[in-house]
Amino acid sequence: MSATPVLLAHHKHCDDLFAGAEAAAYAGHWAACRDAFQRFSGEMTAHFATEEEVLFPAFETATGNTGGPTSMMRLEHAQMNALMMQAAQAAVVADSEGFSGAVETLLILMQQHNMKEENILYPMCDRVLSANDLALERELATRTAGTCPP
Amino acid sequence: MQPNLSFEQAPPLGVPFRFFLVAPWFGVAAGLLLPWAGESAISSRWSPAVLALTHLLVLGYLLQAMTGALFQFVPVAAGGNVWRPRLVAAILQPLFLIAAALLATAFLAGSGAMLRGAAALFVAAVSLQVVVIGLALWRTPAQGATVAALRLAIGGLAATVGLGAILAEGFAGDHGWPLVTIVNIHAGWGLGGWALMLVAGVSYFVVPMFQLTPPYPHRLARALPLALLLVLGGWSAQILGMNAEWVTAIWLAGFCLAAGYAILTLWLQRHRRRRIADPTFLFFRGAMFCLLGSCISAVVMTMLTSIGDDSRCAWWLGILILPGAFVSLINGMLYKIVPFLCWLHLQRLAGIGAVAPNMREMIPERAQRRQMRLHFLSLALLLLTTFFPAAAGVAGVVFAASCAWLGWNLTGAARAYRTFRGRISAAAAGPAP
Repeated sequence: MSATPVLLAHHKHCDDLFAGAEAAAYAGHWAACRDAFQRFSGEMTAHFATEEEVLFPAFETATGNTGGPTSMMRLEHAQMNALMMQAAQAAVVADSEGFSGAVETLLILMQQHNMKEENILYPMCDRVLSANDLALERELATRTAGTCPP
Repeated sequence: MQPNLSFEQAPPLGVPFRFFLVAPWFGVAAGLLLPWAGESAISSRWSPAVLALTHLLVLGYLLQAMTGALFQFVPVAAGGNVWRPRLVAAILQPLFLIAAALLATAFLAGSGAMLRGAAALFVAAVSLQVVVIGLALWRTPAQGATVAALRLAIGGLAATVGLGAILAEGFAGDHGWPLVTIVNIHAGWGLGGWALMLVAGVSYFVVPMFQLTPPYPHRLARALPLALLLVLGGWSAQILGMNAEWVTAIWLAGFCLAAGYAILTLWLQRHRRRRIADPTFLFFRGAMFCLLGSCISAVVMTMLTSIGDDSRCAWWLGILILPGAFVSLINGMLYKIVPFLCWLHLQRLAGIGAVAPNMREMIPERAQRRQMRLHFLSLALLLLTTFFPAAAGVAGVVFAASCAWLGWNLTGAARAYRTFRGRISAAAAGPAP
């Protein structure tokens, strides 16, 4: 049974949270934007942690490849974290230019990252890890509970 | 074998930028030709000025921008390895530039020798492009509707330029060839087989990505390029002699396919999860409305011969298709691609700890929106010249101003990139002893 569909569905969930935060900022509802963006950042952090601490190590162990696609994905996670931090800081001071610039850049980076994962890396993981029981759904839920505001 | 996920697949920034930064200035040249051409431009598709400005747009603006996009898109999105991109781009781009300028001059001067020279340059350059990009697309392990459409688009480009070379010889020499029929087939392949095919393939990828829309339905995405190819095959068969009703039916079938693509894209955009309407989205939507408008116009022109027989119909359709659909779409796409590539390359140079200027700091949204308003104003004026030919000069100047503004905005992103890269280099060198 493939383990990654839960991550794929979680990408869409994060997209929705992102769109909500962005729309709130454009409407000038900064309190709502900060709440929505905090929720989005929390889900993203949980998503990255699930991949970096569970999925990628399992893939790297199975293939013996630590310098390939997973290292690229880790680098892009770090780039997205930096942009999320910029956007969060801009939201705190209601800086619409700063916020929209950071999230615009984040959106493209995030979407091309997701496409690489969904079209290439996840199918590779599903093939290589078909015998492993990674229980990513439980892992993601645990991490989300730990990083997202109630 | 899987496509490589490495960033190293992306070409150096100078490869796509070489094309992107030049493209809008051909729009400026095309716009400025209009006041000079005057009212005659509207009345006949065969006037030298119309031929010159049409080719400045399709070979100067569109071909440059689309080639630059292919150099970026094929390795990154389609997993294709382009052979020595820096070298090939350094050969192709100046060849395209010289050939487009020579061709426009040839039309204006009525010089057969210059026409042959421009055609020879285009055949050489496009042959290189078709071999290098085509081979990368042929060998990529990636599958899907985008790759299939891009492969066909490269074939469409080869057919367009091949037919263009035949036309150049036909006009320069005295061979008695059926030139009007060949011109129509040439235009069909250029607009449908190359430009629309490429735009469709790329939009399968970027529309859901930039606007968080649902994906294009898989079967329709697969079927559209094949249906276009079928229609173009039928359209080309008119060279062998064909009933006029059949030619009209195939012409309408091509427009119906374009309309289907436009309606589907507009429907997807209507169901987007991203709620804001940024300039790229508005440009894209405007382009789709123009494409749809051209299809409705084509149907009306066919059904009402009193309208269809008017020589100004070609101008109306040409404006909706070229500046309306393709220039609008490329303009909007450049506002995403150029600043994002600047940011991506700077981030890579600076490392994670450093904060590179974000996309809006490269090209402010206010500047994008103002230029967009001018572009759509120029489009309205260009369409109005169909009924008020005396306004051609003003419409041309406004279109030229809009293209110049786009060129300036893109150059601004390149300047921001250079400034920040200079700071990174200075920081890496450390304080002077």
